[in-house]
Amino acid sequence: MKHSEFFRGVLVTAEKDIKIYYKKPPVIIFGLLFPLFMFLAFYMGRKIELALFFPGFLAMTLFFTSSSVGPLVTPWERQAGTYERLLSYPVDIKVVLMGDILAGSLFGIMISMVVLAVSWLFIPLQIVNLPLLVLTTLLGALAFSTLGVLLASPATAAPSSIMMLSSLIRFPLIFVSGIFIPLYDMEGVMRSLTYLSPLTYLVDLFHAGIGGNNVLPMAAASVALLLFSAVFFLLSVKIHQRNMIKGM
Amino acid sequence: MAVSVKADGLCKSFGDVTAVDDVSFHVKKGEFFGFLGPNGAGKTTTIRMLTGLITPDSGRATIEGIDSRKDPLHAKMKMGVIPEFGNIYVDLTAEENLYLAGKFYGMSKVEREKRTSEILEILQLKGREKDKVRTFSKGMKQRVNIGCAIIHEPPVLFLDEPTSGLDVQSRRLVVRIVKELKEKGSTIFLTTHNIQEANELCERVGIIHKGKLVAIDRPERLRNTFDKTQSVEVSLEGDFDGSDMCNEHVNKVLRSGDKMIIYTDDPDVTVKELVTYARDKDVKIVSLRTCGPSLEEAFLRLTGDKR
Repeated sequence: MKHSEFFRGVLVTAEKDIKIYYKKPPVIIFGLLFPLFMFLAFYMGRKIELALFFPGFLAMTLFFTSSSVGPLVTPWERQAGTYERLLSYPVDIKVVLMGDILAGSLFGIMISMVVLAVSWLFIPLQIVNLPLLVLTTLLGALAFSTLGVLLASPATAAPSSIMMLSSLIRFPLIFVSGIFIPLYDMEGVMRSLTYLSPLTYLVDLFHAGIGGNNVLPMAAASVALLLFSAVFFLLSVKIHQRNMIKGM
Repeated sequence: MAVSVKADGLCKSFGDVTAVDDVSFHVKKGEFFGFLGPNGAGKTTTIRMLTGLITPDSGRATIEGIDSRKDPLHAKMKMGVIPEFGNIYVDLTAEENLYLAGKFYGMSKVEREKRTSEILEILQLKGREKDKVRTFSKGMKQRVNIGCAIIHEPPVLFLDEPTSGLDVQSRRLVVRIVKELKEKGSTIFLTTHNIQEANELCERVGIIHKGKLVAIDRPERLRNTFDKTQSVEVSLEGDFDGSDMCNEHVNKVLRSGDKMIIYTDDPDVTVKELVTYARDKDVKIVSLRTCGPSLEEAFLRLTGDKR
């Protein structure tokens, strides 16, 4: 496949996702309202300094928004009968998945940037490394939109089943990723467990960019996010290829 | 002879079930080819393998000489597909669906706009192009579906049960569009279980049953293979169940509304016997006609259904 054909397929798929799926209720509920409610649930009534909690909140926002588009697209298309039509176009499954990842990433980046910009006006954020903040947003958006696409890979035509699965996997991650309990306060098994969550690396990198209170080396955390993205993507491709062999 | 679509030993199993078993055939360039079979015979699985939607266990499919497994993207550029379960995006307008298809096929903005305008005209959707497809009837949705498949003027068009569930008007329009594409030189591959449709449109038909290709020929020749399936259709006044007509020439008698269909080896003898019967019993013959062997009967016999 030529590069031009590859990029064309990715961009057209993403454009289609943006036009159709950004406005779907599950994306708005799981992508926008959930992180806000989670923030309110943990912040309201507790004596937490908002500036310290903000990197975790920003990471949670990026996590939920980026991973909310992917789980919807493929099951919705299967249910609506558009999936076969899409695959009949001159695109392969990798191109379609990358288009879905791009759409999810852009949604996450857009919402997170709005949250960051608005918060910056009202909260005394100490941004110590703006380029790192931008890079982290890109890496986080990539990792979690790819996670969203992976969650949508099982062959089902019921979006509700995938949304349930996605909630089942996404919610526990926010409790073991240093959002509510800082990484430096965790010890033993809990600390080891946090390293299994890709969200940990995003939270820590945001701490590096805002306030400079990171625990992990920045390069290692960035590489970890890239590795998670690559693993999620390869798994998604494998599952979709297996579905095609099984005729699902 | 230039070959447009070629299936060579295609096999596909789902678990223990063999859906397609060593199917081989070819479709000539510009030919209208029908692929018939009862539900579950393997038609859709075959078309999905030909169009690269599922991977065959073994065998090879080529479209315009391009291996659809080794080079699926270029094979897909050569074809338009109207999948049985394929739909269009109901959240987009008819025009947006056509533009989207054009973008996937790499058409320039100018080409897309020109072709979209032409297609909307052909599909009789002018005036509704800005409406969301969710407000369309099933027939209108199917027209947009066809538009998305032909926007890039493909040399090969695959249609999987394209008229299934459509009203008469939409069906006629779909048939007319497909016929026009054929006249312009496109190769048409049609899967259907509507024998009348296959009979009316196709130059050759392949019949698949239980995953195996059981016959492939011109509809006329398939019909003639079964000369025992000629029939006499009669409507008599009064009670007539056809039981009096059973003899060595008559294969079976079926009721169809107020008529009886008598399947016979020798229509001449059967007609004479019917006239004699009517005269003897003093009943009026309301209607009487002889019918040649039907493709439906050929199909049923080939697929082992002797109803």
